[in-house]
Amino acid sequence: MSREVQCGFLPLVDSAPLIIAQELEFAAEEGLNLKLVRQPSWSALRDMLALGHIQFAHMLSPMPIAMSLGLGGMPAHIDALMVMSVNGTVIGVSGDLADSMQAGGWTNRFRDPVATAQALFAARTDRIRIGVPFPFSMHRLLLDYWLTRDPEFDLNRIEVVTVPPPQMANAVRDGELDMFCVGEPWGSVAVQQSGASLILPGAAIWQFAPEKILGVRHDWAELNPETCLAMIRAIYRAARWLDKKDNKPLAAEILARSQHLDLPDHAINPALTGTIPVRLGAAPVDTRNLLFFHRRAANFPWRSQAAWIADRLARIHNIDDTTANATARECFRTDFYRNALMPLGVDLPGASGKIEGAMKHETVVASTRGQMILGPDAFLDGAFFDFRL
Amino acid sequence: MNGDLKILVVESEPAKAHDIIDALKDGGWSEVTVIADTSSLDRTLRRLDPDIVLIDLANPSRDTLEHLSLVSDARSRPVAMFVDQSDGAMTQAAIAAGVSAYVVNGLQKDRIKPVLETAIARFNMIRNMRTELDAAKQALADRKTIDRAKGHLMRARQISEEEAYGLLRKTAMDQGRKVIDVATALVTSMELLQ
Repeated sequence: MSREVQCGFLPLVDSAPLIIAQELEFAAEEGLNLKLVRQPSWSALRDMLALGHIQFAHMLSPMPIAMSLGLGGMPAHIDALMVMSVNGTVIGVSGDLADSMQAGGWTNRFRDPVATAQALFAARTDRIRIGVPFPFSMHRLLLDYWLTRDPEFDLNRIEVVTVPPPQMANAVRDGELDMFCVGEPWGSVAVQQSGASLILPGAAIWQFAPEKILGVRHDWAELNPETCLAMIRAIYRAARWLDKKDNKPLAAEILARSQHLDLPDHAINPALTGTIPVRLGAAPVDTRNLLFFHRRAANFPWRSQAAWIADRLARIHNIDDTTANATARECFRTDFYRNALMPLGVDLPGASGKIEGAMKHETVVASTRGQMILGPDAFLDGAFFDFRL
Repeated sequence: MNGDLKILVVESEPAKAHDIIDALKDGGWSEVTVIADTSSLDRTLRRLDPDIVLIDLANPSRDTLEHLSLVSDARSRPVAMFVDQSDGAMTQAAIAAGVSAYVVNGLQKDRIKPVLETAIARFNMIRNMRTELDAAKQALADRKTIDRAKGHLMRARQISEEEAYGLLRKTAMDQGRKVIDVATALVTSMELLQ
């Protein structure tokens, strides 16, 4: 008897673990009849989850925390069962802005956050209008972390607005936006359709940023633990499959054929392969860690990642950071994750929190079965955040 | 008197927009504006300064409204209708109907409720009409396919129309499929062979 579960998602390349879990029957092997329910916006997805129309959701990592903190239009106690993808956002500017930045002597190497921020503020003296997909997104938090570190930064220098990703390219072309931070394929689409230049991958700001999580209502998870564990295992297997190099061409084909995404393969490939054209006609740049699904314990919902997100949200929305921190840590369910994967003999991190930003390189740490390799997870300014407690 | 409420409807489909305006006007609200283009929603909001914004749940620009509700210094700040969840049934009804609402100028609840109720009723009506229309179209298309399948069988096996239908039905039952599926498969194969 297979159990029917409905999972909401937005048609982005990083919804791949869900599509693979369904198409390659990792979900069916766990006794789940996984129905993927495409959503028109993050707000709609959030409402459907909070009101019980769907049981699971592919969500931006700050969403469960913001909702649990009562921020936004539909407060609810939402948990994250696992991380579905790490990194994957790209930052781009309009063709005009890229030209001005280059006229000032800057060269786009798609990896220098400090020099790029300098060039940006030097090129524009008036307010820079920046599009993000949702206010509670890693996109927003990374932009904020990056730009506030530049000595020229001032709140009046930027205006952050929300633009639905499929409309990002048009907004750049029509001069509505000077800059954007978005997930693939919409960065590549902006390059192709509106002459935008991609100037940084999100990974240049934080090398290991949890991007999408598997969200579930807290109360429902407590009542249906077995279904949650089965879902974690199915997505874990799909993510592991996706990260194997040999599987990339087949993955791109499955995703391109899938009715869930409705995207051509040339829009899917850059994110999957990490080789991305940053400007129309330019040779693609090979970007390590552009987006990944599994390696380096990517799926583990680190409580310290939740705490980092809460810390940033507290700053932006003027709420008490101690409460925010405590609430956020509870949202990332390392207990469910461990219970789901322990029986499979999966090697898991020994601790449930780490010092975010401490690993400049790949680092060997203690695990449940001996040792495992994590990281790198450094921030652009070398800062680190100890939220372990 | 309802007339003094300014209502903004965000709807990209002209026919649907007309229907919603009609319903609101019938309800006594005359200051209704519809926008289809949402590319600069923040500027539009400042310009029109509505009291309430109604938006289709399927519209991706809901996320933009959501963002505007967080910008604390904006003069006209839209607040999601469901934020206090004091009326669970109304929230569920709105979601089921596919409409969401944002209140802009701190409007009182008793003045919003009738607007939302009118919108929910009209959204439901549009949806039901479309479902019925789709079902009728589908039934007609199915009948045509079955007729063509019967025709193929009658010609190929020299049998009567009744016998042809009987054969389709028996095959469907034996294979645990629907008559229309068997008929579609037959018509497709015949087309490939011709």
